[in-house]
Amino acid sequence: MISLEFILQSVDRWLRDRLGHEVAVAVEYVLVGLFVILFFAVLGLVLVFMERKVSAWMQVRLGPNRVGPGGTLQTLADTIKLVSKEGLTPAGADRFLFNLAPVLMIVVSMLLLAPIAFARNVQLWDINIGVLYVSAISSVSVLAVLIAGWSSNNKYSLLGAMRSGAQIVSYELSAGLSVLTIVVLSGSLQVSQIIEAQQTGWWLFRGHVPVLVAMIIYLIAVTAETNRAPFDLAEAESELTAGFHTEYSGMRFALFFLAEYANVFVASAIGAILFLGGWMPLHLGNWDAFNRIMDWIPSSIWFFAKTFFFIFVIMWFRWTFPRLRIDQLLELEWKYLLPLGIVNLLVATTIAVAGWYF
Amino acid sequence: MTLKQYFRNIWDGMRSLAAGMRRTGYYFFHHKEIITQEYPDVPPRLAERFRGEVVMPHNENNEHRCTGCTACELACPNGTIKIITKYEITPDGKKKKALDKFIYHLELCTMCNLCIIACPTDAIKMSQAFEHSVFDRSQLIKILNKPGSRLMEGVE
Repeated sequence: MISLEFILQSVDRWLRDRLGHEVAVAVEYVLVGLFVILFFAVLGLVLVFMERKVSAWMQVRLGPNRVGPGGTLQTLADTIKLVSKEGLTPAGADRFLFNLAPVLMIVVSMLLLAPIAFARNVQLWDINIGVLYVSAISSVSVLAVLIAGWSSNNKYSLLGAMRSGAQIVSYELSAGLSVLTIVVLSGSLQVSQIIEAQQTGWWLFRGHVPVLVAMIIYLIAVTAETNRAPFDLAEAESELTAGFHTEYSGMRFALFFLAEYANVFVASAIGAILFLGGWMPLHLGNWDAFNRIMDWIPSSIWFFAKTFFFIFVIMWFRWTFPRLRIDQLLELEWKYLLPLGIVNLLVATTIAVAGWYF
Repeated sequence: MTLKQYFRNIWDGMRSLAAGMRRTGYYFFHHKEIITQEYPDVPPRLAERFRGEVVMPHNENNEHRCTGCTACELACPNGTIKIITKYEITPDGKKKKALDKFIYHLELCTMCNLCIIACPTDAIKMSQAFEHSVFDRSQLIKILNKPGSRLMEGVE
């Protein structure tokens, strides 16, 4: 049967037969790097188009419908426009840091792709502390935002960056606690083992209320961490023009834009892995016939369907809720999400220790 | 803040957020609700009372109902209408005032509808045509009565 795993193994064998072990590994590294860059480009095109369509339909509009069939080439045209635009560096800016920030941002998003399982046995790096790696790397992106805001030498940028710092430092806690809930239930930090633990059913169905609460907290926290509405105080176009990327233009602006969508994808993918079983098909207890039909659907389709479901929910948030004020934002985190997350983790631990989950 | 109020806040917050998401979710799946009008491709849906310009209807014999009484010209708040009259000789030899030119300055008109209300013979009315852009301002000065047209029989 043709699966992503089979295709990759054949490519690997073909390379090894022709080039020998060392050269083949080197070539594979290059191929993986190219894949990540290509994947990001395609992801940017698809997600920006999706966002514009989703926002249009939710606001009772039509959305892009002129360029290409159904407007599908609109984002490609926008990309060509961005590439051809001048990348301006303001006179008062710190040139080195100003140019470093967008690159740092996109590199952080690319690093986050490493532990994500795209299909059965298809993973760039199955590190044994996968979930920890994700939460460690993802907080580096706040550094890029701070650098961008600081080096722009612009009061709007600085305000946006400072807000973003306060926001990400706060919400990292809630995201971590909700991830820990699943780690406690699965008994592992390794992504592949977390998925294997959901062989008999996804954690959302097996873990009772605590997992549902954890999922809601996770969704709220990652929406805040990716700086998207209703937590887009770092950009806040109605108050701070564009926040931390006010001074950026052309391709450097496009990198920030792309990194936002890449972060949304990564956050949704991690959410899908933790709560909905990643590439694991929907299995119901001992219904063998049903389970076999579900197994017949390729695992990559399962993964992308779940991820895009989460992406859709995050977009749904963005186009429904108004932006929070900075004090409301911090109040929500410190007075509501964090205490609830801690109590929730305690309940989940009790369930895991007593073995009360299905 | 009591504990009861704390949980009440959470519950109320979740409920109001869910109400908002239900509304946008409904719009997402119901494309029939889309209010965008694809105007150049599809003729626009105009409101019933939309006013585009003043027109003077003529019947099939090239006759209009305007007696040239200048009531509309007097009613107009910003000098949009200029009526030029002439004297016609009726068959029984009398001189009678009649309409020569009904000059309508579309570029000055505010579509206030006062001329239509003032007209005693219902000679003019508002049409819904709105595509008035031209390359020269002089093209907006219109003569509403058609060349060779005359007053309809029986309109005094």
